[in-house]
Amino acid sequence: MSIEIRSVSKHFGDFTALSDIDLTIPTGDLTALLGPSGGGKSTLLRIIAGLESADTGTVAIEGVDATGVPARKRDVGFVFQHYAAFRHLTVAENVAFGLSIRKQPRKVIAERVEEMLELVHLQQFADRHPAQLSGGQRQRMALARALAIRPRVLLLDEPFGALDAKVRKELREWLRRLHDEVHVTTVFVTHDQEEALEVAHHLVLINQGRIEQVGTSDQLYDEPATSFVMSFLGPVTTFGNTLVRPHDLGIATAPTGRPGEVGGRVLRYNRVGFEVQIEVDLAGAAAPALVTLTRREAAEAGLAGAEQVWVHAVADAVRVPVPHAEPVPAVSAGSRELDPSGVR
Amino acid sequence: MSGVLAPDRSRPEPAPAPRRRPRRTTLDRRSGTGLGLALIWFSLLVLIPLTAVLVKASEGGWTAYWAALSDPQTAAAIGLTIVAALVVTAINVVMGTLIAWVLVRDDFPGRRVLEVVIDLPFALPTIVAGLVLLSLYGPHSPLGINVANTRIAVGLAFLFVTLPFVVRTVQPVLLELEPEVEEAAASLGAGPVTVFRRIVLPSLAPAIASGAAMSFARGLSEFGSLVLLSGSLPLHTEVAAVRILGYIEGDNLHGAAAVASVLLLVALAVIVLLDLFSRKVTHRAD
Amino acid sequence: MPTDPVATDARPTPRRSGGGLFRNLRRAVVIVYLGLLVIWPVSLVAVNAFAGGVGPVLAALQDPALIFAFQLTLVTAFWSVALNTVFGVGISLLLVRHRFPGRRILSALVDLPLSVSPVVVGLALLLVYGGTTGWFGPALQAAGFQVIYAPPGLVLATTFVCLPLVIREVTPVLIETGTDAEQAAASLGAGPWQIFTRITLPTIKWAVVYGVVLSFARALGEYGAVKVVSGGVAFRTQTATLLVEERYQQFGATHTTAYTAALLLTVIALVALIVVAALRPSQEKRS
Repeated sequence: MSIEIRSVSKHFGDFTALSDIDLTIPTGDLTALLGPSGGGKSTLLRIIAGLESADTGTVAIEGVDATGVPARKRDVGFVFQHYAAFRHLTVAENVAFGLSIRKQPRKVIAERVEEMLELVHLQQFADRHPAQLSGGQRQRMALARALAIRPRVLLLDEPFGALDAKVRKELREWLRRLHDEVHVTTVFVTHDQEEALEVAHHLVLINQGRIEQVGTSDQLYDEPATSFVMSFLGPVTTFGNTLVRPHDLGIATAPTGRPGEVGGRVLRYNRVGFEVQIEVDLAGAAAPALVTLTRREAAEAGLAGAEQVWVHAVADAVRVPVPHAEPVPAVSAGSRELDPSGVR
Repeated sequence: MSGVLAPDRSRPEPAPAPRRRPRRTTLDRRSGTGLGLALIWFSLLVLIPLTAVLVKASEGGWTAYWAALSDPQTAAAIGLTIVAALVVTAINVVMGTLIAWVLVRDDFPGRRVLEVVIDLPFALPTIVAGLVLLSLYGPHSPLGINVANTRIAVGLAFLFVTLPFVVRTVQPVLLELEPEVEEAAASLGAGPVTVFRRIVLPSLAPAIASGAAMSFARGLSEFGSLVLLSGSLPLHTEVAAVRILGYIEGDNLHGAAAVASVLLLVALAVIVLLDLFSRKVTHRAD
Repeated sequence: MPTDPVATDARPTPRRSGGGLFRNLRRAVVIVYLGLLVIWPVSLVAVNAFAGGVGPVLAALQDPALIFAFQLTLVTAFWSVALNTVFGVGISLLLVRHRFPGRRILSALVDLPLSVSPVVVGLALLLVYGGTTGWFGPALQAAGFQVIYAPPGLVLATTFVCLPLVIREVTPVLIETGTDAEQAAASLGAGPWQIFTRITLPTIKWAVVYGVVLSFARALGEYGAVKVVSGGVAFRTQTATLLVEERYQQFGATHTTAYTAALLLTVIALVALIVVAALRPSQEKRS
């Protein structure tokens, strides 16, 4: 096992950043630490890198205890959100930095730099300064710099957070392919569940200094351990005493006699592209429920213009009890993004 | 304000945590040694000598201290220094803000020359400052104005050496002001004077106050530019710093220290004030 | 490249606010004020130096007292700038990159020398290092080390008054650049000294140069503090500024030497300002 974290806690003053974290990250894996801002995921990553020290607990990398080892002796590659480019050095000098610290022969360094720049498609920018690069290019340079030292693990802290949406999407795709080529154990931090689901093999969902759930993207999406996991990973709505995905609700203009079916009044009927979103005021419910279905399904059911409807949860629907005291608000009807409001 | 004065509040202040006392320091052995050496040097150079001034001033207790300060010549010197520094600071508040405004919002040939001119009093030796002012406003004045050995000369010297303070604190704030805010006020019907008074001035106020405090402190402590210009006539044009030198040369170190302690306490008060202003500015920026 | 300290890329195009009449009035007031307070008086130092032609100025430049005074001033300035650069960079790193009890107080105290009257600085040093009555002076004297009325006293006084200048330049740059690059270097295997020489120092290079130039100009021109601790003995402790004063107050003499020395000091100050103004944008461009 590549990274083993045991009972790690970290406080900043009276703020608890991490509380008794246990986590094992397998060798060669691409793992995402996912969670809302301020949840402690970046702190955990920095503790793995040795840039921050844990108050209690241990960190082992490749079976070797690294708890008291300073960052410079851990052989980890670290990529920062804001690139951390060495502005006074050229791109090639940036990539060569770690190797020259290791007193590698000049020829070896030159070859490795060449290889790395090729890997990140920056060969033609070798002699430029970081200021002359775009954000995406700078982040690729930072990746090459981190990989040049052949790190045992590669850690990325919100690596695409400072980039615009289009470049971010390209780089995600590119990171996944890069990992297929290089196979280094990789951990990256993100608050974007779409990014995590798309890129990582394994997800670790962290909230308020605790691990909510660990698993593959399918496991987290289909078998959420808590209401938090469920609402963080996609749109949810309340149905009875449970949280449920809006597309896991069935809807009809007349009672169908299914168990748990509830009647209600249509508050809003909204067409967004290929999708139809219907907000229903259910009898006896505190908040309206949101139902989404395709336009074809809506047309077949004759829902356009309907005032009175009957709503049920489909047979294999993922359902999690609504947590006490904090009802999850219905996802607003305009939201198509996999983005539960408020948590980003 | 300078970053030295601006406190860093990026992280919550450490407070007792349940599990373990959080570290109040990020020093390791290396940086700890560095801090130790720096503190020793700073103490030898600054802290111990300034303490010596306060210790010397306190010799003989309150009675002796009060006697030294209430000596007519000394009291007159301190009084003149404070009044002159206040008047000059008031002029600087108006002129400094105006100069900063023109340098930031206006453009004309020679504006960049003025930028260097503003800094010249920082860099020019004070004795030379006195000499050049004497050349224009002394007995051989090409203007026919002779204010040498008068109280006007004291004010003139203070004006020269304190020129940069308000200008240089207001200028960066003025540069940062978003023109949209003023345009919004104008679009809501405010005239130029109202926009300046109700929109611009409140944003500049902390910077003007810092500049004024520094200008006042500098005026109080001024010495070199007055030596040739003011004649340092007792009870008339002698300022506090010159009085201190007079005491030193007369081998009355207690008297010198008593006057010096007054200047020192005012300097300390200004530092505390500036720290408060900079906190206010930082707070607003958050 | 713009040569004034304020013009940067971020500078908005100056807007011509207000009516033309008011604008011209403001301009005129500012130009006349600065002209009467600074430009005209300072230009007179050259006029007066050359009042008797070039000959007397050249003669004054060969005056051994003037040569000695400038040499002493340069040596004093060199040592105080060297001390302040090492101390200033070190204390800036400690204040910005570390947390320790009393950090805020120290951060405020290092600015204190800017607000203390030079005469008070002189008095303070006299009280501690004075040869007969000072706290440490007699012991140092017994060990054969004279501070007051000797060059070490000049260095101490000059160092005191210039102390914050390097710190004030370096700390904002350190705060602004943050620690990402230093942490990246650490994660790539660099030790503290390697991080300092290869990452931190190149980052603050221009701020240090800027602080050094300002300190140097200030050190050359220090007068009040030096006046107290020097004794002003020609060919021993008389610095350039003390020479200006002494020569100007000599009765009967023409003041050519005083004006010549003052002109030299003015030129040095102007050059320092222009160098700094030229450096400032190149520093900002990099950050």
